[in-house]
Order: sequence, then C-alpha cells, then structure tokens
Amino acid sequence: MSLLSVENLDVRHGLLKAVRDVSFEVGEGEILALVGANGAGKTTLMRAIAGAHRPASGRVVFEGADVTAMPAHRRVRAGLALVPEGRRLFPDMTVEENLIVAGANGRRGGAWKVDTVLEAFPILKPLRFKRAATLSGGEQQACAIGRALMTNPRLLLLDEVSLGLSPIAVEGVYRSLHTLIDGGATIVLVEQDLARARKVAQRIICMLEGRMVLEGPADRLTSREITEAYFGLGRVQPKGAPA
Amino acid sequence: MNPLRTTGLSVQRWTKVSRAFTGGAGLLVVVLAFFPMFMSANVVQKLTALFILIMIASMWNALAGYGGLVSVGQQAYIGIGAYGTVWFAHHGVPPYPAMFLAIILAGAISVVFSFLLLRLTGGQFSIATWVVAAAFTVIVSLDKGLGAGTGISLIELNQYGPEHRQDYTYWFALGATAVLLIVLFVLLRSRMGSSLQAIRDDEQAAASVGVRVMAGKRVLYIFAAVGFGAAGAMTLANTLFIQPNSIFSVQWTAFAIFMVLVGGLGTFEGPVLGAILLFLIQDWFADLGVWYLIGLGVVAILFALLLPRGLWGTIEERFGLQLMPVGYRVRGLGRSPGADSGPLEEADATEAAAQT
Amino acid sequence: MTYVNAVFQGIILGGFYALLACGLSLIFGVMRIINLAHGSLAVLGAFITWWIVDKTSLSPFLVLIPSLIVMFGVGWALQRGLLERSLRAGILIPLLTTFGLAIVIDNVLLGVFSPDVRSLGGQAGAVTTTSWKVSQQFSISALGILILAVAVAVLGGLSLFLRRTTLGRAMRATAQDSDTAELVGIDSRGVYARAAGIAVATAALAGVFLAIRAVVEPSAGPTQLIFAFEAVVIGGFGSLWGTLVGGLILGVAQTLGAQINPQYANLAGHLVFLAVIAVRSGGILAAREGTA
Repeated sequence: MSLLSVENLDVRHGLLKAVRDVSFEVGEGEILALVGANGAGKTTLMRAIAGAHRPASGRVVFEGADVTAMPAHRRVRAGLALVPEGRRLFPDMTVEENLIVAGANGRRGGAWKVDTVLEAFPILKPLRFKRAATLSGGEQQACAIGRALMTNPRLLLLDEVSLGLSPIAVEGVYRSLHTLIDGGATIVLVEQDLARARKVAQRIICMLEGRMVLEGPADRLTSREITEAYFGLGRVQPKGAPA
Repeated sequence: MNPLRTTGLSVQRWTKVSRAFTGGAGLLVVVLAFFPMFMSANVVQKLTALFILIMIASMWNALAGYGGLVSVGQQAYIGIGAYGTVWFAHHGVPPYPAMFLAIILAGAISVVFSFLLLRLTGGQFSIATWVVAAAFTVIVSLDKGLGAGTGISLIELNQYGPEHRQDYTYWFALGATAVLLIVLFVLLRSRMGSSLQAIRDDEQAAASVGVRVMAGKRVLYIFAAVGFGAAGAMTLANTLFIQPNSIFSVQWTAFAIFMVLVGGLGTFEGPVLGAILLFLIQDWFADLGVWYLIGLGVVAILFALLLPRGLWGTIEERFGLQLMPVGYRVRGLGRSPGADSGPLEEADATEAAAQT
Repeated sequence: MTYVNAVFQGIILGGFYALLACGLSLIFGVMRIINLAHGSLAVLGAFITWWIVDKTSLSPFLVLIPSLIVMFGVGWALQRGLLERSLRAGILIPLLTTFGLAIVIDNVLLGVFSPDVRSLGGQAGAVTTTSWKVSQQFSISALGILILAVAVAVLGGLSLFLRRTTLGRAMRATAQDSDTAELVGIDSRGVYARAAGIAVATAALAGVFLAIRAVVEPSAGPTQLIFAFEAVVIGGFGSLWGTLVGGLILGVAQTLGAQINPQYANLAGHLVFLAVIAVRSGGILAAREGTA
C-alpha cells in the first residue's frame, strides 16, 4: 500500500486553477521529485497535500485514511510535515525554541529530539540560542528542515529547499538530507535544479500549468525528455534557462 | 489607450436611474425646506433629529467606509460643536452665527488632532480617538463658564419665539445636511475620491502607486469633524440643553456604527437609509431603555458578521443599482454589480496576487 | 512628603492598570485585534464576582476561583463565536463587533444590576483596612501592596508562561506566523481561543480588584478600556514588561495630577498618553518581547 496517494486533485486560487486533475502515489521509503517552471503549481500542490490550502476537488489519502478535510495541524500529528517555501521560521524565537515548539506539537513516538536534529545538522549547534531571524539563509533552511523533522514525520514534503541559497549552502543542506535518505525516509521534494532532482530522487513528476505532463523513474527519463516537458511539448530550450 | 475598448466594455458614471434619483434628491431638499410652513412643531423637531442622524451616519461612514478609519471618538466633535456654540453665544455672537463658528472650531481642532491621531492605525487609532473625547469631556466638566458637569442651556436662543426657533434650527440642519452630502459626493467623485477608495481597498498598494494616503485620510478626518461639529450644534439647538456626559457620550458612536453597518458601510446611500431606520426604531423602541441599546448592539454585530455590506450594499450588489453615482460603472461585464470595487473583484485580485 | 505619597499611590494604581492592560496586550500580541470590549469584560467579571459574593457571603478572594474560570470560558467563547468570524471578515470588522459587544455587555449589566455602584471592599476582609503609617502624609495600605504584588505576579507569570511552557511557545509561534504554526502541528484556533480565555480572565481579575479597591458600575467599562489602552501604548505595544512600566507611568501621572486638583487625575493621564503618541508612536519600551 502506498503511503500517500493524491487522487484527481484540483486546487484553485480564486478563479485561477493552480493545480488541475493531479494524481500520483508515493510509496514508503520513496524519494519523489516535483519539477516544473515557476507558476506550474508545485507549491500549491505541496500546500494542498500538507493541508495549508483546501482543494476544490479530489482527495488526499495518507496511510489509507482520507485526510482531504483534515486541518494542517492534524495532518502533522498524523505524520505529514511540510518544509514551506521560504523557510518561514518563527523569527523571534531561538533555533532551539523553533525545534521545541514543533517537537511538542508534532507526531508522538519518533526518534527525533533536539539533540538528534543538532547531530544531523551540525551547523545549528553553535546557533542553538540565537534568534532565528538572525540566521543566514542556509542556516535557516537547516533549521526549517530540522523543525519539520521534530514532528517525526512519516512523509516529509520539502518545498524548494535550495531557493535563495548559495551553492555551498545548498551542498550543505543536501548532504544533511542524504543522511535522512539513507535512513529510509520518505520524501516529496520540489526542486528547480533538474540535475539535482534526477540525482536525489528515484521518481520524477514534471508539472506544467497545473497539470502533470511527465512521470517516470529518475534513471530512465532523459534530460531531454524532462526539459521538453518542463517548457511545454517539443519546444527548443531557450537561452539562459536552467538545464 | 483604453484597454477596455477592445473588450467591448465602457465606463460610465451616470445611469438613467442615478440621474433621476440625484435629481429627485435635490427636489426632495427643496420640498423639505417648505415643511415648517405646514407641519406641526413636533414633526419639525423630529425631522431635525433625523437630519442630525443622517449627518452623523454619513460622516462616520466617510471615515470608516472610505478612509478605513474606525473612530469611536467622534463625539468629541459633537461636543465641541455644541459647547463651542454656547461659548461663542456667551461671548456676544448671535446664536446661529455662533453655531457656524463652532462648526469651524470643530474643524480647526481636528486639524491639530489629525497630526496626532493619524499616526496610529486600526484599533490604536480607534481608542486614541476615544481618549481625545474623554479628555474633552473632562476639560468641559471643569469649566464653570460652560456649566461644568451639570450642563448648560443656550439661553440666547430665547430671543426668538419658540415656533421660529424650531424652524430656523430645522433649516440650518437641513442646509447643513445637504451641504455635507453634496461635499461628500463631490469629494468622492474627485481624484481624491478614487484615491480614497484605493486606500480603503489596500492602503499599502495605494501608497506604492503613489496615492497620497495621509493627505486623503486627513481631508476625511477634518471633513468628518466639521460634520460632527454641525451635528453637535444642531443637537444643542434642537434640545436647548446639554450636559458633558451625554453630549460627549460614546453612545453617539454606537448609533453611528449601527446606522452605517445596517445601511451599508462604504456606500453613499446606505448611511442615509441606516439613519432613517434608526430614527424609526428610536421612535418605536426608545422607551425600552437598555434593552433597546442591547438590541442595537446585537443587530450591529450580526450585520458586521453576516451582511458586512449592509442593506444598501447588498441591494446594490444584487441589482446593480446605484442611485448616487460616486463610483464608476463598467458596462458589458457579465456581472452587473456597481463595479467600482465590489468585494468579488477585490477577493479575486488579492488571491491572484497571492498566487505570484 | 505629600508628593512622595502621591507617587507611591500612583505606583499602586499603576500596578492595577498593568493588570487591567495585560490581557489587552496579549490579545493584540497574539491575534492582532484590539478588543474594544476589554474594559466591559473586566466590569462583567467584577459583577459576576459581586453577584456570587452577594449570594453566598463568601470572601471575594475565594469567589475569584469560580469567576475566573467562568471568565476564561467567556473569553474562549468570545474567540470562537465572535472574533474568529470577525477576523475572517476583514480588518475593520473586529473593531466594529467588539465595540458592539461592549455596548451589549454594558447595557445588559445596566439592565440586570441597575446603574448603582457596587463594591467588594466590605467583604474583602482585613486587607482593605490594614495600612502602615510611615509619616503624617504617607501611609502604605496592605491592599495596595497586594494589588501591586498580584500585578507583578500575573505579568511575570504570563511572561514565563509564554517563554517556558508548551502552550506559551505555541502561542508565540502562532502570533508570529499562524499559517506556519499549523504546519508544525499547532492547532491555531485552539491557541487563539485559549489566549482569549486567559486575556479575559486577567481582565476580570483586574475588575474584581477595582471593586475591592473602589467601586464598579455597569457604565465603567469604557473608562477601564481607555486606561488599559493608555497603559499599553505608553509602555509600547506587544511588550508585557512595557505594559507594566506604562501602567506605572499612567498611575503616577494620575495621582500627581490629582494633587493639583482631584478632577485633573484622568486628564493628566490622557495628556501623558497624547504626549507619548506625539513624541513617538512606539511607546516607551518599544522593544519587541515574547508576545509579539
């Protein structure tokens, strides 16, 4: 049985259909990457799965239970955690408090504690008692992922963890993520960098204007196939776009 | 270039209905002016009270509905209008000119306070206006020349016979109401009116496209103070006796909020409708004392939550009707509503913005 | 010496204002709402307590327990029934609905209890009559010390609660970013309701002390709201310790004003408030603290 299944999901922003008829499944221990241009509906889809945005129609099923109508905080307690785009730390709380507040309200009975998170993200250790607002982008991202882990998720949703980070910081974040991946975590991630997405994920879904236009195992899809789906069918890749 | 041209839309201000209605409103003022000739003194006094309510409702709506400024302290200017009249009359100015001076005084004082209060927004502005009203209550209560806490009469009005006095007050109130509404109408149709509506819809966005937010709010605040000052002077002339605790009472604000919420926040016609409704309710239920006030409070809350555009706003939306053309109508849209900035368009715009 | 006495009395009065104001500050800090019914809720709490004391002849300090629980429930229901809907309806609506609520509460009290003033001073026991004379013009009342101690305890307790407890941290997280708070498992609706409950309970506590120290009447709500708000603004919005400082400044200003003429007391407070707005809108202690 799959851990998460998304069935015919439609999500709207007012009159604008941001996600149209999207269906896919995620199995236990799987790493799935969502790719697509800006405005393709990836973030909206992630937020709808996490419960931060109510879909117009369709279902979200988590561990066999329909969670479509469940508020976000109860999905977190069921084991579904989103690291939101832009990190969104609680700016006036310390790193430790950001972690503790998530730990106290998340899913019970997991292995993640403040200490284990600090082990997994060593850059956070010296920052433990600093206000989150004073952290650099990479440090904030590490803290945001750590905060999500504190809720002991069974499925982790990562929305653009490399957004706005320096290449070195991105490396650091992904190095930590590999520790999770090697530990058998189930992850859905949104990633703009196609090469990285292919490297990290086992399966890739490409979205265009709210629809899924390509789905397949990461090692079988060619870079050309993905790029074509990314920009719409059969078009030549424009200059300066991410390869 | 007009982007609407290509889509078959056109913008217009006047419709047949609004032309007829605006003309009719003008005619009504003229007819009302002849009322004292053939109506009883009782009717004349009651209508004066109605005009006062219309002034209060429209001025409060000008602040909240168009400026986004929820004041709970406009009674400060009601009190200044009333006590200012007494003060000028005691210093030798004939009563009606004294009222006029007091109204100007209210406007002048509001200029000073606008610099202080408009630094605050939202609820902070609200309570700060209340503090100002409370401060004026204390100041007046301490002034023996103004009767201190026990109140004072406008004895100078006794130089006119009771019949004439009532008629003069009626005309003054009718004139003041008409002038205030006309000025508000013109103000809302001016460039400033468009920017005011932009402020109401989204202050930050309005500021970012260069709308002078502060200037617009200041004009509204001063204008409303003048209007409330007129309402205060008229209340004094209509009742002849005032006390600081009642003329500076926050109950005025309660009435204003009731009238505007029930009639229609941010509509030109709504507050007038709300004033007429409150006038009738006062006539029928005021004997019920506290229970009548509880009823007003409950109804105001229900309207705020369930029908935030009020009776008139809902009618306008449902039937695309606008009797006083303060905004623009876009013709040719699928939806008929008054199209200046109905809540539907607003919601879509913000959600579209959130998407980016 | 009379001025020393006036300052001292002002500090005690200021403690009372801080107690009155901390709930207003808390609701604003967590929900960004100015609750215009705050003063009326304080008076409602005083009347509920007075009514129970009147019926049972128990000490008001004992009756505080049930009446604070009731008022916590009132705050909780207020959030769920009124504020939650108001917040969804736009930025102006919470002001209009809480003002409407204030009118309703004031007039219900007026209808049920008549306009008479009530006091709990007589039933509060020895604490209201005990005082220590330092000199001819300067005496310290036990009640004054008690009020000041309760105020400091409540504000300090709230501050600790927000920093050290699970619910307190959840409240701060929700205040800073309610959307994200949901994403770490916090039930933001529940947090809001409990914050409103706590805020209203502290208002009621202040109302009861008002009735013990002096008198309450059904129409006292708006004045209490104004005092609470002045304390909050003078101290700087969103900071609990700022609220304490603001309360003390307001209290001292009022008692010093009363030295000139008893009727100047409130006016002096209003003038200090207006001066603070004129100088800067941030308040004396503009530093952001836990609640915001």
